[in-house]
Amino acid sequence: MSNSNFTRRGLLKTSAMAGGALAMPTIFSGAAWGAGYMNEPTGSTVTLGFNVPQSGPYADEGADELRAYELAVEHLNGGGDGGMMNTFSSKALKGNGILGKKVEFVTGDTQTKSDAARASAKSMIEKDGAVMITGGSSSGVAIAVQGLCQEAGVIFMAGLTHSNDTTGKDKKANGFRHFFNGYMSAAALAPVLEARYGTDRTAYHLTADYTWGWTQQESIQAATEAMGWQTANNVLTPLATTDFSAYVAPVLNSGADVLVLNHYGGNMVNSLTSAVQFGLREKQVNGKDFEIVVPLYSRLMARGAGENVKGIFGSTNWHWSLTDEGSKAFVKSFGEKYGFPPSQAAHTVYCQTMLYADAAERAGTFNPCGIAQALEGFKFDGLGNGETEYRAEDHQCFKDVLVVKGKDNPTSEFDLLEIVEITPRAQVEYAVDHAMFAGGDLGSCNPGA
Amino acid sequence: MDVILLQLLNGLDKGSAYALIALGLTLIFGTLGVVNFAHGALFMLGAFCAVTVQRLLSISFETIDPDKVDFLGNPAKVKTPYVESWFGPEMGGAIVDWSVPIAILFAIPIMIAIGFIMERGLIKHFYKRPHADQILVTFGLAIVIQEVIKQFYGANPIPTPAPDAFKGSFDFGVLLGFDPNAVIYPYWRLVYFGFAAIVIAAVFAFLQFTTFGMVVRAGMADRETVGLLGINIDKRFTIMFGIAAAVAGLAGVMYAPINSPNYHMGMDFLVLSFVVVVVGGMGSLPGAVLAGFMLGILESFSSMNVIKSIVPGIDQIIIYLVAIIILLVRPRGLMGRKGVMED
Repeated sequence: MSNSNFTRRGLLKTSAMAGGALAMPTIFSGAAWGAGYMNEPTGSTVTLGFNVPQSGPYADEGADELRAYELAVEHLNGGGDGGMMNTFSSKALKGNGILGKKVEFVTGDTQTKSDAARASAKSMIEKDGAVMITGGSSSGVAIAVQGLCQEAGVIFMAGLTHSNDTTGKDKKANGFRHFFNGYMSAAALAPVLEARYGTDRTAYHLTADYTWGWTQQESIQAATEAMGWQTANNVLTPLATTDFSAYVAPVLNSGADVLVLNHYGGNMVNSLTSAVQFGLREKQVNGKDFEIVVPLYSRLMARGAGENVKGIFGSTNWHWSLTDEGSKAFVKSFGEKYGFPPSQAAHTVYCQTMLYADAAERAGTFNPCGIAQALEGFKFDGLGNGETEYRAEDHQCFKDVLVVKGKDNPTSEFDLLEIVEITPRAQVEYAVDHAMFAGGDLGSCNPGA
Repeated sequence: MDVILLQLLNGLDKGSAYALIALGLTLIFGTLGVVNFAHGALFMLGAFCAVTVQRLLSISFETIDPDKVDFLGNPAKVKTPYVESWFGPEMGGAIVDWSVPIAILFAIPIMIAIGFIMERGLIKHFYKRPHADQILVTFGLAIVIQEVIKQFYGANPIPTPAPDAFKGSFDFGVLLGFDPNAVIYPYWRLVYFGFAAIVIAAVFAFLQFTTFGMVVRAGMADRETVGLLGINIDKRFTIMFGIAAAVAGLAGVMYAPINSPNYHMGMDFLVLSFVVVVVGGMGSLPGAVLAGFMLGILESFSSMNVIKSIVPGIDQIIIYLVAIIILLVRPRGLMGRKGVMED
């Protein structure tokens, strides 16, 4: 009779533990992700797909994004002055491409239309062998392309997308967003609005009738009501609206003393212009000066609105006038190459390219699952927004948010916004299961092949 | 009552733009029989005439200001418009400030010339072709013009402010015995309405009281007979195309301060203006003006919150809804003539 302590179950357990222990060091090396994946680069180059609006209403933002992408590729391949690679806290990038492969890129035109954006992303993945897709200037487009990348099995590094849904109910395991969102804008703005305009205010909202507008409005209404403001009305305006006079005209009779324009791009320019033309800013209601708020600002759009933005509060993801080392390095690189400062759209896509490249270097692979794991929970600094973290649970970057104001006395055509406050990350952070972000499932990463 | 008055003003203002564009469209259709889908692009070109004049008047020379730095930390370049150095800061500043009204003088010959080139260079080759061909070629032309403008001016809206003298709004409420601020309306939009009324009156007077206009009207009624009388009606119709282009262009120039011009603005107005023409009656000039104001006012009233709370989204469909009803009841439109587009 055998007196051995070995049992079948024990042997299996021990084997599994030993196997796991042996495998542990390689989880963070390329060997772990050696299995086939979509568009695995086999030659001396790796192709990235830049999917930006090259036509349509956001073409100027797309053009600025493309400039930043080209600059990022130049820096990754060792050209130029290295830009934010020099200030980035992670030192995995060496200026020799990504994982020793020279970075090449293809571009697609989203036209700010979901179907066109999906078609161009699909073409770049299937025909050009792009291993990562990035870009966009609209949440509708970003969510559509993110879904496609999840199905195709490539990483999507979102560009300018501000809807809560991108990393909320529509979040995907293969998608990552560096840009901030509607909730963060509201959380940053509310205390500043309270300090400037008080707690006894009534707001009237005009809201772009699509995913970004809805979530932005919901966020800012909740934040302002929490500090005592009332909401007189929320009027949804179709995205195609160009003349907002019919929507602006009833505002003064509504009893509201603040107009919140949940508009972006051409909508923002036109609605703000209408509001200023109607003389709202010179009026007094309820014994108080009438005020206008634009929760999401863009310098490119502020230029379109001209003098109308003066003194109006809003928020932005980044601004070229920041004085941290990362921002200064990026502005210098971009400014010397193109002759003008970069926009927030340019900044976020440059960061996204660097973050992807860095994650690939740290993971030792282009496998989307390896890169996703390297990005999840990744903490970094030196990219212009202070200490930042890619939260693992929803793939949203958490960082400081800028509250800005249209500058009263601009010194140049680029000097349109002034930073009022850098709101610390802790103030704009929220729980993963927050009601405004609930309903989605991150799922698991898809490596494609 | 004050809300109704406010939306009435809004409707008149919107209707002004619709009526001006529809008037030009009808002039072209009535004279040349061409359905011109590039007409919205002419409106947009007019707005960009204002942008161009503003830029020309703002052309500056640069001097280095050692006390200031640019965004890269280099000594800043300070721009001074030439007009300010020529006429002094006050006068030069006023010239730049009035660039939109000045652009009217610039836009009239430019738009007439563009109209001539369009008609002689392209559209005349399609007179005898089916309407579908005309629509395709003019629509294609509109897209080409759009893309050319985008190439030169970018895709974002370009602020083109009205003169400082017209900033702010007029308080009708005080005038009519309502509370202050109850009915306010921007000065420039009132100017736009007045300007549209003058242009429309001028076009009608030109057609009604000049020999040239009489011949054109005769040609619109019976082109063949007028031709048999030895009158070169084609030449006059070409001139009318130029005038129609100028009307659209002027509508665009004056619209520039209302909504910052962008390359796409013509398309935004085009479809609505066609509906206006169809509702007014193809080929009827008074019909186009009447329908323009009527649909502008209806659109404005339908965007009132109280109306939208009863029928959500009504403001987006009201024009088309009314168009369907009118075409069902009066297939030729409000003031359409027998025989137009019916052969």
